[in-house]
Amino acid sequence: MNDALPSLDDLVACPQCDTLHVAQDLPEGMRACCQRCGHVLMSSQKTAVARIISLALTAFVLMIAAITFPFLSLNAGGVQNATSVIDAVLAFSDGLAFPLAIAVAFFIVVLPLTRLTALIYALGPLVRERKPYRGARIAFGLAERLRPWSMAEIFIVGVTVALIKVAGMAAVTIGPAFWAFAGVVVITILKDQLICRYSIWEALDQAKA
Amino acid sequence: MGLVACRNCGQVHQKGVTRCKRCESVLQSRDHQSLQKVWAWLIAGIIAYIPANTYPMLLTSTLLERSESTIMGGVVDLVNYGAIGIALVVFIASVAIPVGKFLAIMYLAISVQRGSQRHQHGRHKAYDIVEFIGRWSMIDVFVVAILSALVQLDTLATINPGIAAVSFALSVIFTMLAAQSFDARLIWDVDRKTDD
Repeated sequence: MNDALPSLDDLVACPQCDTLHVAQDLPEGMRACCQRCGHVLMSSQKTAVARIISLALTAFVLMIAAITFPFLSLNAGGVQNATSVIDAVLAFSDGLAFPLAIAVAFFIVVLPLTRLTALIYALGPLVRERKPYRGARIAFGLAERLRPWSMAEIFIVGVTVALIKVAGMAAVTIGPAFWAFAGVVVITILKDQLICRYSIWEALDQAKA
Repeated sequence: MGLVACRNCGQVHQKGVTRCKRCESVLQSRDHQSLQKVWAWLIAGIIAYIPANTYPMLLTSTLLERSESTIMGGVVDLVNYGAIGIALVVFIASVAIPVGKFLAIMYLAISVQRGSQRHQHGRHKAYDIVEFIGRWSMIDVFVVAILSALVQLDTLATINPGIAAVSFALSVIFTMLAAQSFDARLIWDVDRKTDD
């Protein structure tokens, strides 16, 4: 049995159900799925790393804009109130809810920025065909592990629901940060679709030598 | 056949290796404490979900009145405004998804404990869906955050978050952790008895 087994580096185990597959070179634009549970094992896109980096940089810049510019403002009966993303986080900063303010800050600002920074750090040198920086693997692993906890897209849907709730009572002005944040969400989704873990681990492996 | 895979990067190792040579994650053929962790997080999630529904999510005060609304109260308000679509979004995110998730995780944990061999593909799909959809329950917490930040018009009208927002957020976080602690490979283990 062991004689027929290819070298360990040529095997891929499905992270979801542990079925063992033999890795093969994929034609451009194809995807390989687990035979048992259908989990995507690899998807081939030649220029993926360069595109991931450019999208990550764009999202990073937009995120900074989303934090600094005015997000929404409300006007009713001559009284006005402007809100930034940071104000939304601080909404929970009174009393018992304080830990929630920290959690919300992580979900919508800190973790998305951490993921982007880690990706740029891990993959940046690959684009310029240099050796990866120290800890590139840990950074990429971290970016992937934080994926479910980075909730920018959920926040923007929440904002939409909130806008509909107040729209009847007062005039709402949408600031530039809202559009910047929406941009972050769209670009992050595009970027995450390009990430094929297998190919990136392979690329990091090859660049190390 | 004596191999162990890294769940972080997919690298396959000989059995007995404890750290992945590629990404340095800890290797574990199966997480033996998986179900124990799943039950612990799940029960914590269900307990936190109770005050999330009985206490107010939003405290609204206007010139004329002060009112408090719970999760279901908010949904009913939206229906009264005529915003049926949005009411549906909030209902699905805050009631249907959390309750569905509790049931789905319980079913997955119980079926693995019993060594069920039925519907493996279906159960794996259910696990995928639970993992993907669970985080969307956070919508309501963000709605509360934006409303309380935005509606601060001195005496005219103010909205402040209620304590239910905290317990609801905790409930979502706990059930996300429950779903992540579930080792989906256990669903398939009844097919071939692994020796550890």
